[in-house]
Parts: sequence; structure tokens; C-alpha cells
Amino acid sequence: MGRDGTDDKLIIKGIEFSSRLWVGTGKYRSNEEMAMALEASGTDVVTVSVRRVDLGRVAGSLLNHIDLKKMKILPNTAGCYTVEDALRYARLGREAGLSDMVKLEVIGDEKTLFPDVIGLLEATEILAKEGFIVFPYTNDDPIMAKRLVDAGAACVMPLGAPIGSGLGIRNPYNIKIILETVKIPVVVDAGVGTASDAAIAMELGCDAVLINTGIAGASDAVAMASAMKHAVMAGRLSYRAGRIPKKLYATASSPLEGMLL
Amino acid sequence: MRLKVNGEFIECRAGTVGALLVELGISAPAVAVEVNLAVVRKQDFGSFALKEGDQVEVVNFVGGG
Repeated sequence: MGRDGTDDKLIIKGIEFSSRLWVGTGKYRSNEEMAMALEASGTDVVTVSVRRVDLGRVAGSLLNHIDLKKMKILPNTAGCYTVEDALRYARLGREAGLSDMVKLEVIGDEKTLFPDVIGLLEATEILAKEGFIVFPYTNDDPIMAKRLVDAGAACVMPLGAPIGSGLGIRNPYNIKIILETVKIPVVVDAGVGTASDAAIAMELGCDAVLINTGIAGASDAVAMASAMKHAVMAGRLSYRAGRIPKKLYATASSPLEGMLL
Repeated sequence: MRLKVNGEFIECRAGTVGALLVELGISAPAVAVEVNLAVVRKQDFGSFALKEGDQVEVVNFVGGG
């Protein structure tokens, strides 16, 4: 096993991801801060949203601040509460962008932003049949993860905690069961608030972590992007290295032989 | 010709999607266009004819998670 992770590429449907930290582009204080945070994070995949062009003013394109030679653009369907809306945004995102990837969200309610998994399943199936590479944002529910696989999902993106909550991985046991249930990559999406949360997700064996608010909302977003990068790398390496089992009682690290009587 | 673009009624001279984007001064690298709920492929912008009363949506990417 390589110790720097270079032999440990994540590949989804033939697309190679050099970073296991995926980063959202919302909520930064400025495009300049976002660009610096993306650089510090070392990511090569960023999520974006599809919205109306403001006809009243000529705005600079978000993409002018993203290195398109390095970054893969992953359009989301954030803000969609129905299957129809999610399909519409996914199709527009594909046309605006350059790939078939979509981070599919069908949201259930405004307060929790939890996914409406019934709508999500339906939209996943339709979009997969249309040739999309579907990354559905889902609950930490192993059965739903299995259903999403059957519907044609390319990976599953269970939430760690509600979007923007920073509560971390609230149900690591379910995430672990999802990892044992599905053969496709598992990417924790939402809830990661600080570096240790990201490390925990990766130590569980997740394939990647997607973070937006946890970075963009930090007092120093660029420093937090760097912290998340290191946490994801450390967590992944720790997972691959194979941790020691937890035990209730001590086991001496130093030999007993040769001690003075 | 009167069109509804991004929810606003506008009066325009353009006869195609491509000409409409030019008239509106939209030259972003990654825009997508929908006419009456159907996506118009980029390569068809120049030839896709608009007609009176069409509902047009012009979208691009913004920051999101």
C-alpha cells in the first residue's frame, strides 16, 4: 500500500477522481475566497447549482473562478421538491455543463432538507435510463441505498447530518451498514462540520466526503479547506492501514521481560 | 416579438435562441436554454426558431453544495 494515497484512486463509471474531498461552491464570502478554498482543499470535483441568468445585470460567470482544466463540475438539483423539477434541473445542468454527472437532490421539506427518498428513487431511475451518471443525496438508510443501486445510481451520497447543520456523522453505524450493503462508492454528503467529522467518515470506509458549509461557513474558509483535505487523507489512510481493535482493558506496550524484581 | 424570458415579458427582435442570447447580451460559457419546458441543445441555438409567446428559460451555474 502506498503511503501517500497515490495508488488509491477513486473511479466512478470510468471517471477518475484524484481527490476524495469534494467541495461545494455555495456560501463563500466572495468568488476569490472560493477559488482560494478550492485550491487549498486539493479537490478536483466541485458541485454547482443551476439557476436563472439575471437578465438585469451582467454578472461574471462562476466558472471564471474555477479551474476547468483541473476541476470536474458536478451540477446539483438543490432546491427541487418534486421529481419533475429535479429532472428539469438535471437536464438543464447537463446541457449547461460538460458531463452526464448529476448530484441528484429531491428535497422533502424546508426545515430539515431531508431527501424525499420516494421521489429520489423515481428520479434516479429515470435519469439513469437517460444516460446520466446519478449521484443521489439520500438518507443514512441502507435499504434505500440498495434500492438506489437497483435504480441505477453510480454512487450513493448518504447524509451525515442535515445540510448545513455541522452535526457530523450522526449515525456511523448506519453508514457502516450502507458500506457493507452496496458495492458502489459511498460518499458522505452533508453534515460535516469540522475536520474530525470528515476523518470519521473516511475511517468508516467511505469513498469520499462532500463538504460545502463546513468549509465556506468557517471563520477562515481557506484554512478549513486545508484542514478538511488533511482530515480526508488521514481518515482514508487510517482506514486502509487497519486500526487496532478496541479493548476495555490495557495491553502493555513495553515488554515485561527484563524488569527489575 | 413578445416572449417570456426567465419569468419576465420582453419585446425582442431575435428569431432564434442564438440571436436572443446575443440580444440579451448573454455570453456566459455555460448557459442552458429551455423553450416551453424542453431543453434546446447548444448546437441548435442558432437554428432553433422562436415564436410569439414562447416561454424561455436561460440558466447558468451558480455556487451550490
